[in-house]
Amino acid sequence: MAEIIVVTSGKGGVGKTTTSASIACGLAQRGKRVAVVDFDIGLRNLDLIMGCERRVVYDFVNVIQGDCGLKQALIKDKRIDTLYVLAASQTRDKDALTSEGVRRVLDELAAEGFEYIVCDSPAGIEKGAHLAMYFADRAVVVVNPEVSSVRDSDRILGLLASKTQRAEQGNGGVKEHLLLTRYNPRRVASGEMMSVDDVKEILGLDVIGVVPESPDVLSASNAGAPVILNVESDAARAYEDAVARLLGETLPLRFVEEPKRNFFARMFGG
Amino acid sequence: MGLLALFRKTSSTASVAKERLRIIVAQERSARGSPDYLPLLRRELLDVIRKYVNVDPSAVQVNLGHEDGHEVLELSVSLPEAHRGG
Repeated sequence: MAEIIVVTSGKGGVGKTTTSASIACGLAQRGKRVAVVDFDIGLRNLDLIMGCERRVVYDFVNVIQGDCGLKQALIKDKRIDTLYVLAASQTRDKDALTSEGVRRVLDELAAEGFEYIVCDSPAGIEKGAHLAMYFADRAVVVVNPEVSSVRDSDRILGLLASKTQRAEQGNGGVKEHLLLTRYNPRRVASGEMMSVDDVKEILGLDVIGVVPESPDVLSASNAGAPVILNVESDAARAYEDAVARLLGETLPLRFVEEPKRNFFARMFGG
Repeated sequence: MGLLALFRKTSSTASVAKERLRIIVAQERSARGSPDYLPLLRRELLDVIRKYVNVDPSAVQVNLGHEDGHEVLELSVSLPEAHRGG
């Protein structure tokens, strides 16, 4: 049985693709067979973040339309054996994704023996976002501690609770988790940024990870290597923790406290 | 927070954000399951009231609630000071 995990947020630019890439890598590093699928038709970007943009021959829409087989479109990751990428198409046709087509591809991925299918949702609440979440078993809602992102996340939670196959069938619904990104403990401490607990309280959900704001995230996307692979990065360790929690481990949150500073820094703030 | 921070203005924008979100999220959640006609009803009511009294758009609240198995349409209009009792 494959578990389908949608990474979604409503708002754009909060870190969905970064999170999809890192979670997919993290699961695969633990030996799971993982496919990560880009649902952002027309604005393909997961391939760049995964560093396989020059190896895209066929894409998701090609598979749906029968231009090629699923195996031809799956791009095998060069770093981790059990990780595969299915790129979005660059077509401008918004109707290229169909519910039936998506269902068929997901079923086929499961039949191929993938244990986890990570669906990278586009921003917004249009068709792409709807289809990315529709077949999901679990949802990782990526949120920045910022008003518009939190509000949009709540909107997405409403859709997860009503417009998904699990919600319609009434079998427990989609299991939802929050993942905070761009978290800045120093700004939280000075009252300029909402805390993990604030966001958790407003949205009423469990937090599966808190990724600190880090320059490593941009470096990772520059290089096409998901940030979780950067062994020296706090962001990578935060994503590793999130993956462990997805797999059922209980871990305390890290990187949510302000780092200790020396005497002078404390005296003079900053 | 450093010593110098004591001299800075200490009002927290994060708590303002949290409070605003708490209100708007609660409002949007309660609207989620409600019939589509409520926003239109509210707009038309506002137009009618405005024929007589110049009220603010936020002065008209329409809520659909449940009480003892009945659906209750609750309408609340706050009139501006000058019109009270007039």
